[in-house]
Amino acid sequence: MTTEVGSETDVKKEPEKAPEVQHQTDPVQTDQPDKPADSDAQPVASAAQPEESRSAEPESPQEESSSPDPSSPPATGGQKKKEKGISRFLPPWLKRQKSQSQDQASESAEQPQSPSLKEEEEESEPKHQPDGAGAAPSSEKTEEVKEEKEEKEVKEEKEVKEEKEESRPEEVKEEENEKEEEKSVGSADTQPVREEKEAESEVKEGEEKEREEEKKEEEQVIQQETSVLSPLRLNKKMKMVVCHVTLLDGSQFSCEVEKRAKGQYLFFEVCEHLNLIEKDYFGLSFKDNAEQRCWLDPTKEIKRQIRNSQWQFAFSVKFYPPDPSQLTEDITRYLLCLQLRQDIASGRLPCSFVTHALLGSYSLQAELGDHDPEEHRLDYISDFQFAPNQTKELEEKVVELHKSHRGMTPAQADAQFLENAKKLSMYGVDLHHAKDSEAVDIMLGVCANGLLIYKDRLRINRFAWPKILKISYKRSNFYIKIRPGEAEQFESTVGFKLPNHRAAKRVWKVCVEHHTFFRLMSPENPTKSKFLTLGSKFRYSGRTQAQTRQASSLIDRPAPYFQRTSSKRISRSLDGAPMVNVSDYSHAVDSALTAGAGENGPALELNSDSKSKLRVQGENIYVRHSNLMLEDLDKTQEDVLKHQASISELKRSFMEATPEPRPSQWDKRLTGSPATTLRLQAQGSTEVKPEVNGQPEVVEVVEETVVIEEVIKTKPKSPAPETPVTVETEVKEERSLSSDSESEEEAEYHAQTPSASISVQQIEEEPEEEQEAGLIQQAPPSVVESQPITEAEPAAPSAEEEQATAQPEEEECTDKDDAPNGHAHAAEAPPPLRAVEEEPPVVNGSVSRVEAELLPQVICCSEPPVVKTEMVTISDTFAAQKTEISTKEVPIVHTETKTITYEAAQLDGNGDGEPGVLMTAQTITSESLCTTTTTHITKTLKGGLSETRIEKRIVITGDSDIDHDQALAQAIKEAKEQHPDMSVTRVVVHKETELAEDED
Amino acid sequence: MMSEFGRFTHAVVRAIPRSLATEALRTGSPEELDLSRVQQEYELYVSVLKQRLGLEVLELPADEALPDCVFVEDAAVVCGDTALITRLGAESRRNETEAMKDALTKLGLNIVEMTDESATLEGGDVLFTGREFFVGLSKRTNQRGAEILADTFKDYAVSTVPVQDYLHLKCFCSMAGPDLIAIGSSEVAQKALKIMQQMSDHKYDKLTVPDDLAANCIYMNLPGKGDVLLHSTPEEFPESVKVFERLKDHMLIPVPNQEKAKVDGSLTCCSVLVCKNSV
Repeated sequence: MTTEVGSETDVKKEPEKAPEVQHQTDPVQTDQPDKPADSDAQPVASAAQPEESRSAEPESPQEESSSPDPSSPPATGGQKKKEKGISRFLPPWLKRQKSQSQDQASESAEQPQSPSLKEEEEESEPKHQPDGAGAAPSSEKTEEVKEEKEEKEVKEEKEVKEEKEESRPEEVKEEENEKEEEKSVGSADTQPVREEKEAESEVKEGEEKEREEEKKEEEQVIQQETSVLSPLRLNKKMKMVVCHVTLLDGSQFSCEVEKRAKGQYLFFEVCEHLNLIEKDYFGLSFKDNAEQRCWLDPTKEIKRQIRNSQWQFAFSVKFYPPDPSQLTEDITRYLLCLQLRQDIASGRLPCSFVTHALLGSYSLQAELGDHDPEEHRLDYISDFQFAPNQTKELEEKVVELHKSHRGMTPAQADAQFLENAKKLSMYGVDLHHAKDSEAVDIMLGVCANGLLIYKDRLRINRFAWPKILKISYKRSNFYIKIRPGEAEQFESTVGFKLPNHRAAKRVWKVCVEHHTFFRLMSPENPTKSKFLTLGSKFRYSGRTQAQTRQASSLIDRPAPYFQRTSSKRISRSLDGAPMVNVSDYSHAVDSALTAGAGENGPALELNSDSKSKLRVQGENIYVRHSNLMLEDLDKTQEDVLKHQASISELKRSFMEATPEPRPSQWDKRLTGSPATTLRLQAQGSTEVKPEVNGQPEVVEVVEETVVIEEVIKTKPKSPAPETPVTVETEVKEERSLSSDSESEEEAEYHAQTPSASISVQQIEEEPEEEQEAGLIQQAPPSVVESQPITEAEPAAPSAEEEQATAQPEEEECTDKDDAPNGHAHAAEAPPPLRAVEEEPPVVNGSVSRVEAELLPQVICCSEPPVVKTEMVTISDTFAAQKTEISTKEVPIVHTETKTITYEAAQLDGNGDGEPGVLMTAQTITSESLCTTTTTHITKTLKGGLSETRIEKRIVITGDSDIDHDQALAQAIKEAKEQHPDMSVTRVVVHKETELAEDED
Repeated sequence: MMSEFGRFTHAVVRAIPRSLATEALRTGSPEELDLSRVQQEYELYVSVLKQRLGLEVLELPADEALPDCVFVEDAAVVCGDTALITRLGAESRRNETEAMKDALTKLGLNIVEMTDESATLEGGDVLFTGREFFVGLSKRTNQRGAEILADTFKDYAVSTVPVQDYLHLKCFCSMAGPDLIAIGSSEVAQKALKIMQQMSDHKYDKLTVPDDLAANCIYMNLPGKGDVLLHSTPEEFPESVKVFERLKDHMLIPVPNQEKAKVDGSLTCCSVLVCKNSV
């Protein structure tokens, strides 16, 4: 994010100051326009870097060197930059991987940047300092509110960058390093953040700002920022890219954008061009490789989203207002009309003959005015397209109706058009192909009110937002968890099969956005999970309908003049198909704020936080504000109880459904993919027993599944039984992988509905892990357990690393086997690690047997042969990438295996010995390009105490270059950081080293 | 669209063949059918439409070969200026559509014929609320038939509702006003209502009557008369009629249907209502 921000600012600046750098649509080509102008671009990078700089590594020189090479190096450099921040934390090998992936995959576009990178660095430096020093302060003050958000974003960005950097080969890192260094040197972490913020404000990219502005009316601030920056701008140069946007009237709008600009920058440019204020209903879309329309995420860099595709976009309606008459301005309605005409002409919005005729007649009235018998002969409309299949009969009918609209103004005609169009059953329904559980072709329709299921043209089901508890996707599956009906005991989960992972994610995102826009009063804040966050961080970040309505009610300007263009153009455009062809869009790291920790902390800390955060790939959890959900449904306590009961059911289902082994990772190994995998895994008994107490809030993590849960209800009622909480060690791994991959994004979604009567406190979203954590915390209070929370974190990591590296294969311990048994293995437990046992007082004495849960966490580092694969791409849909990234070379690999187990001494005691009631068990698997994390969370009720164990298995896959040990240490550290309340009881390191002949 | 819900100008009905008494399909027990009483009910029904409500009634001649032909509703679904000529689920009734098609053609409607051999649809399974269609999937109506209906009336959402125990969806429900669904009290009826409510973006009011069959009524919104409701008589369903009588703003017209009910005839069954003014 930070980078993006910076870029945006840069972009704005550049246009003014350094036009030189104009880049063609292809980012690569644009690379070289560096020069002083480039500085603009750099600032962005710098912004990102500053964070990195904290940890800043002396890689800058290398970066520079790389940058000079226009061809290949540039790309790498860009990657490096990104990665820098993360790289610090991440082991070198990880970095390389990332870099490779980045370079290879998406970065073709970035390549040009290499020069730019240098430029950026330069630029960034100056900016940072100045910004940080002078401008920053002022901006900060005004932007305080914004800052939080920005910080979050920044953090994320940093993370992303770091990841990228890491992935990049050290060589490539040069530039980045430099930047980082600069940043670090220039200003403290906080400064960089500020800078970024400032830059953003300057840039006016301002969606964020606007948002903020709306709230705060911070326009002034922006100005200040801009003013401050302006001087700087002169110096900076940016690489520019020309974006082509197809507008709703079919015309083309082109504008220059800094390569790293975020989507919102372009969007604002377009809105400004259109003189559109009520822009929240609109968005920019592009087509990916599969010709699927994707929405440009305003909070992410354009480049990362469109990947290799052309910089071609379409401005279109994203959220169809259910009642267009509530729009404030005619120009907004006009644009909506244009969109609907397209929808109708293309057949996307089906309607009857009569409706085609009626809507067509309003279009004519709006564009041509009253029917003129002399001027308007029958053929006067033949150029218009009113329907997919336009007949003479239809045209005659249109003309007939047109005559009846005499005296109607264009605005009135538009209003009438909309009044009729909005009633169409498919108005505002975004359709997606899918299959149901029986492989029957269906369509998923996302609309303002919820999710519609169609089979052929028939609506066969409908799930209103209030009925949906969770939305998730896993791989190519899309799931919704349904609130139980009055007569139903259990929640049910409905799954749909999408054509591919991307499609699943796309539906998920659209659902999240629509839910937020139409259902919530304000967007949910980024989650502040201090624990692992799984899945996509993606959230709708714009205004909600409620907000935009409020904002537009304040619009105080004379109705802007605008010219209605002939719909002829539209038809042409449809035919001509200038539709944007954008290949994949990789999402940069979600703008969504990552862990809450980052929010609070200073910029520097942010980085660390970000690192600490676990990202589970592909898991996206969209947690709805339970209150909102409940709005329509008044639940009695009975219902709640039922709900709770159903939870267990759900869990079961999830358990069954989700946790699938990640073949991909292993496959990679098999194929000789270079990546090393760290796996932290919790091996626990998988049995899930119905929850006794049923704390509904238990997070359910499913791979790539996004779940929307309302936890709130359950808590209040949660039966007392579970008091004690035992903490298990958690090893978390970060995904340093490509920053772009959205799949990795965290999924926590806190819906804060300020307006909603529900108190925010109640709204606990259950990020899976968070919940657990929460549970743990909660429980303890009542019973103060003597949980020795010994955290050997600091020491442990290092020790572990050393051991891991140093220890020969001999030391292999059968971690898995042992683990199950009471963690009795006292492997060479690193001194630091202490196992904290839970000694739950046996209160209830529930005899039911809890399955032995494997407390031990196994960390496996395997180093596959160094195969040059373009493994890691920084793309959102890593799944797709994975598939794409077939290893080209499958080297013969010799594998060395080492297993080291560290256990906390005390672990044994609790072990399996005490029978407990298994309350819940969850298995979460996340994948990133080079890491796979499997988290198994088990809650056991022993006596009166509840024990929560989190077992993580992290598989780090990487080249030999990657410092696995470091990565491992980092992962452990992060895990601890994330779950401060938990203690690490066992660490098992399993290292597989493949000796490949080919080494990079 | 919505404001015109219930507005009709024409009604198509069909005379009663004598074969109705002996050959009509029926789901219930073979009760003796008093043909003269059926005739009386029919004549009263037509007179209400014609004299009382001022509709232009098109009466098709009876066809002895088609014992069920009086139940014209099943042969066509008319919405706006489009008529879908159905393909009846009961094979013995397939030919009923011919006369209906001719009649509706004369009325100037756009005729869409359901030619798909795999499709069946009977109008009794089609509930049009003014905003959308609900199509009962019954022994007489299948998915394909519903799809064709959806293709015919593209403006509207078409949702399917499984129908259990009853012949048709409208055996236990109908529209009693704009956004007002009359629904029976039986479990089957309530279940169907829940499905309809879930499937709809719109919130309908419901008018629950104790007797399922009484939930079949005819709502019209006629110029000069306002809301008009043809419903069952107190003799048949006294408790249900009390419910209807709570609709203060409606012009309530009890119409006897006791005899026809023996052969699964309901109020809505006996006419196809058309509004010729619609666009």
